[in-house]
Amino acid sequence: MTLRPDLAIIAGAVPAGTRVLDVGCGDGTLIAALRDAGVDARGLEIDPANVTAAIARGQSVVQGDANRDLADYPDDAFDYAILSQTLQTTERPDRIVDELLRIAPRAFVSFPNFAHWRVRLALLWNGRMPVTRLLPVAWYETPNIHHVTVSDFRDLVGGKGIRVEQAWYLSGDRPTSDAAASWRAEHAIFLISRG
Amino acid sequence: MASLLHQIQHRSVTIDAPLSLDSGQTLPSVTIAYQSHGTLDANKSNAVLVCHALTGDQYVASDHPATGKPGWWARMVGPGKPVDTDRYFVICANVLGSCMGTSGPATPDPATGTPLGMKFPVITIADMVRAQAMLLDHLGIERLHAVIGGSMGGMQTLAWAAAHPERLGSAIVIASAARHSAQNIAFHEVGRQAIMADPDWQDGDYYDKYCTPTKGLAVARMAAHITYLSEAGLTEKFGRRLQARDIKSFGFDADFQVESYLRHQGLAFTDRFDANAYLYITRAMDYFDLAEPHEGQLAGAFARAKDVRFTLVSFDTDWLYPTSESRRIVQALQSVGAAASFVELSAPFGHDSFLLDVPALDRLVAGALRAEG
Repeated sequence: MTLRPDLAIIAGAVPAGTRVLDVGCGDGTLIAALRDAGVDARGLEIDPANVTAAIARGQSVVQGDANRDLADYPDDAFDYAILSQTLQTTERPDRIVDELLRIAPRAFVSFPNFAHWRVRLALLWNGRMPVTRLLPVAWYETPNIHHVTVSDFRDLVGGKGIRVEQAWYLSGDRPTSDAAASWRAEHAIFLISRG
Repeated sequence: MASLLHQIQHRSVTIDAPLSLDSGQTLPSVTIAYQSHGTLDANKSNAVLVCHALTGDQYVASDHPATGKPGWWARMVGPGKPVDTDRYFVICANVLGSCMGTSGPATPDPATGTPLGMKFPVITIADMVRAQAMLLDHLGIERLHAVIGGSMGGMQTLAWAAAHPERLGSAIVIASAARHSAQNIAFHEVGRQAIMADPDWQDGDYYDKYCTPTKGLAVARMAAHITYLSEAGLTEKFGRRLQARDIKSFGFDADFQVESYLRHQGLAFTDRFDANAYLYITRAMDYFDLAEPHEGQLAGAFARAKDVRFTLVSFDTDWLYPTSESRRIVQALQSVGAAASFVELSAPFGHDSFLLDVPALDRLVAGALRAEG
């Protein structure tokens, strides 16, 4: 099975032998790839059907809500925390970022970039909340309650004194440059660490 | 009559070693009745211990000798089942204090040859685990691939992980709790008082008498049975429908189907269970609080269990051991860094869901047993 491009980047960047928590792990696709690569990966996931699927695959996954249940993990419980495509759905993304870097010294955070040119154009020309390939759900039923752009995220972590160790930007399945990311990146993946 | 129950022959082993109990008393020897399924592999690494609930027994996957009914978890344990007896050597032992062949209140007093009755010492969940550990020692099984149990079986599973973390790879805890709540204790006390208020109980000394406290035991079972079901489940099954009549009797017969059902459940229970055993085992459950020896910190109970893989399952309609109790255990496990899985399954059957047709539970158990590392 081929991994979603952002997950493939994260899976490739986590060193073997480390302990990882995948927050919002879905049915455990990334955990499976990480375990194959020799990583001790566990998960937190809100949807019971996904949790059941992951446990049935032999994974350690806890049903819970990232907005509340990260508090149950002790400081430095993991080497890496992963939050893929979930930040924009959380109640307080700023607090989630703090929690990720409390339970692990490093975290991967990926999200769809709301400043991608298609989104900008849709808003500019139509005057309506964009419905795109990456944001396919209408405004009234989307789980994305805190849309975020590459620049917004840089500002957030910069303001907190969090270090950006590495960033990857994807346009479709292809990487795009740092300079053009704000316009051209559909997806952004940040590896951040405590400042 | 209880005497019929006690005439059944069970496969058992008597271990002539003292068993020191939490109460401070000692059993000079202990008899443990058990069943096994499958084959123990050459390096004795595929043993799975199934722990039964309050009124369960060792007949997990084989027909019950008193009722002739299939094993209580035959849907879960067997060849090709989630607890696959083609793969695992499955052991299920009757718990200490029970009435299906293991030492309990019906065990004869060595001094007099008559049943001990209330002279049998009060036992705890940890004592049940001590007896199971003695059985495993006897069988030469150093380490279990997994311990699994629902309800009181889950309490034993948790107690196993707390007491002997080095002896198990995986702990699967279903519809259970790390302590008995005030409400749990309260329901049990109703059951015990029903038994002790029955004049046929005779201070527990009824084994050689003509009358045994079947009425009290039946009422205890009726009260408990309500706690095993959800309100929605009861409503769906019975509603306000009348039993074999078109109009209310304006009397105290079982007018309603739910009354008739409960009376039947209560009466049938007395054919397969001993009233004193019910007193002792409910007491053991009420005394259960895994955090108590650790100044109320549940994490302390799991401090040595970092290398045990835990899987916890609760059911959304189980109000006896609700999801919040499982979450409390998960929090404690996470705080010590143990590998824990947890999910709340949706099932309509209340606490009894762990015994019934919940396909997601089958997948979870199979996956948790196969998981490595």
